[in-house]
Amino acid sequence: MNHRILERNVILLAVAILLTVAIGGLVQLVPLYTMEVTIEEVEGVRPYTPLELAGRNIYVREGCYLCHSQQIRPFRDEVERYGHYSLAAESMYDHPFQWGSKRTGPDLARVGGKYSNEWHVAHLIAPRSLVPETVMPAYPFLAEKELKFDDAADHLRTLRMVGVPYTDEQIENALDDIANQANGEEFDPDALLERYPKAVIGDFDGDPERVTEMDALVAYLQMLGTLVDFTAVQPEQLYR
Amino acid sequence: MAQAAPGISGGAEAVAYNDEVVRKFVIAATFWGVVGFLVGVIIALQLAYPVLNPPLEWFTFGRLRPVHTSAVIFAFGGNILFATSFYSVQRTCRTTLFGGPGVANFIFWGYQAFIVLAASGYVLGVTQSKEYAEPEWYVDLWLTVVWVVYLVVFAGTLMKRREPHIYVSNWFFLSFIVTIAMLHLGNNAAVPVSFLGTKSYVVWAGVQDAMTQWWYAHNAVGFFLTAGFLGLMYYFIPKQAERPIYSYRLSVVHFWTLIFLYIWAGPHHLHYTALPDWAQTLGMTFSVMLWMPSWGGMINGIMTLSGAWHKLRTDPVLRFMVASVGFYGMSTFEGPVMSIKAVNSLSHYTDWTIGHVHSGALGWVALISFGALYFLVPRLWNRERLYSLKLVSYHFWISTVGIVLYIAAMWISGIMQGLMWRSYDELGFLQYSFIETVEAMFPYYLIRSLGGILFLLGSLIMVYNLWKTAKGELRDEAVVTDAPRVATAAAGE
Repeated sequence: MNHRILERNVILLAVAILLTVAIGGLVQLVPLYTMEVTIEEVEGVRPYTPLELAGRNIYVREGCYLCHSQQIRPFRDEVERYGHYSLAAESMYDHPFQWGSKRTGPDLARVGGKYSNEWHVAHLIAPRSLVPETVMPAYPFLAEKELKFDDAADHLRTLRMVGVPYTDEQIENALDDIANQANGEEFDPDALLERYPKAVIGDFDGDPERVTEMDALVAYLQMLGTLVDFTAVQPEQLYR
Repeated sequence: MAQAAPGISGGAEAVAYNDEVVRKFVIAATFWGVVGFLVGVIIALQLAYPVLNPPLEWFTFGRLRPVHTSAVIFAFGGNILFATSFYSVQRTCRTTLFGGPGVANFIFWGYQAFIVLAASGYVLGVTQSKEYAEPEWYVDLWLTVVWVVYLVVFAGTLMKRREPHIYVSNWFFLSFIVTIAMLHLGNNAAVPVSFLGTKSYVVWAGVQDAMTQWWYAHNAVGFFLTAGFLGLMYYFIPKQAERPIYSYRLSVVHFWTLIFLYIWAGPHHLHYTALPDWAQTLGMTFSVMLWMPSWGGMINGIMTLSGAWHKLRTDPVLRFMVASVGFYGMSTFEGPVMSIKAVNSLSHYTDWTIGHVHSGALGWVALISFGALYFLVPRLWNRERLYSLKLVSYHFWISTVGIVLYIAAMWISGIMQGLMWRSYDELGFLQYSFIETVEAMFPYYLIRSLGGILFLLGSLIMVYNLWKTAKGELRDEAVVTDAPRVATAAAGE
């Protein structure tokens, strides 16, 4: 091809550039939506409860993903250290994904249930009180700030627009479910569990008077990686 | 067939170039550069001494890290690209900027507003958590407006050129502008929760979002920090060396292969994740192939010095530019190596990646930017020469030592931590707990901080030198020449 034509015509050059750079992305992105095997068919993955979602938004806000990955690779050491390798299905409702790219701290993909609520709260308030060598920043303000999530229903509705299957019932009860999950006894945990199986219920931050950002973040951490029951997963389900 | 360096063959008739806006971009780039390096030093020290994270929510590592990355990539790098592309496109087309000074000023102030909106959002916790695309939807929309105007001005200037050919630097600048637009729109597609709030949810989810993110982020490196700065290289190295580009044919071949292959490389950030294997393999294969066009650019840049190698001894500005191309060659070799799955299984999630990024960002992007700033300031302020070449030389060595300390520390800490994670004792248990591997990082985090401090120090020397130059002062210093020392010694005391 004679390059003179391109280097004398701006429009032609720009169009040629756009076509050249479009190809790679199209080939790598489009099949991820069209091929059914991209996401494994396993049971248990559900949308986040409103409280978990609020906690996830705090996780995003504080930039936790900059030091903690949520993606376990299929290596012996990682599986022994963190648990079963991560599935695509486990982040199918994640807008945006939180796989991370750096492990200044450990992977958190399956941190749910590994430590007590009290441990998480103490660790977030003063990390070096529990782990003297850690370089994690302290987040004492989370325990002091009341959770502001009055527009929880709007968040769920927005997520439904981008493909998360929240039901009308879940959206209607969004605010109640925050209270149901954070202050278990006075409210109706069964209704919550029906809407969100396996949701961890409790007074996470030890302060039953109010729902704080700490409640939300710990609720999120405590459910990470717990939704899929790997004892019930057959190997063929993971073939891709 | 060698393409003549711009301006060398050109006629002498005067064109009223818009240098006013270039001056503004130069000042902004210098300012944001220092800010970005400073925040980098702060967060490096926070990793060594966590007590430096104040118990205030605004200044923790998690909130400052995007301030650092955005400040150096988009504020420093972006303003450099605006300055150099506007300076060189006018000269290679022998015409003033399309759209006039008002539109150019809109781009300048619009882009600075984007930077301030983005950075203030980060410290307040407004982020969509996509690396290098953290700004929320309202900032993204604003940047889109500014970027489209930039494209129109740049392409419009090319259209009204008074040269038959579009010079090679402009191919690279054009590909940078067009591709960044595509990536920005694709990666940031999001639905805001409300039109008065800052929060939005990105349209893509999970594995598809991961692929989209690294399609974007790897090519932010590929087109913002590579293609754009190659455009800079193709104009400023020939000008400073006063030699034509080494090979026109090589520039054609490596331009098209570079922009075609780069886009495919994103999945190497997702090796061994839940991204399907076929995509990972494609990413690795194209990353390895990318080595060739990358080195095509390096060869074209360095070989432009054919017949002018002696200038490296006397011209520290040229030394900045050539060293930067050397670092470019080094990091574009390291990149393909790290994209190989077996290597990546060790390097991923560790500081090795951070070191790699900085050998490219400090070694290539920042050094060639410094070279361009030293080239531009005397010309833009109509000064005879720089205030001091000696200070340029000090800057060069201080920053180079800083880079070497930085990347060597990160190589050691990264490889060491990767090996510790996978290490087993003789009984078959994992040998190290995670926290033991964190503890082992401390000396290297300290060395890295020292490297960063040196780099910051060098940039402050540059600011002083450029300030004096703009004011029109000349430091009284001996001119470094190639003349044999014997002659001067005889005439002396």
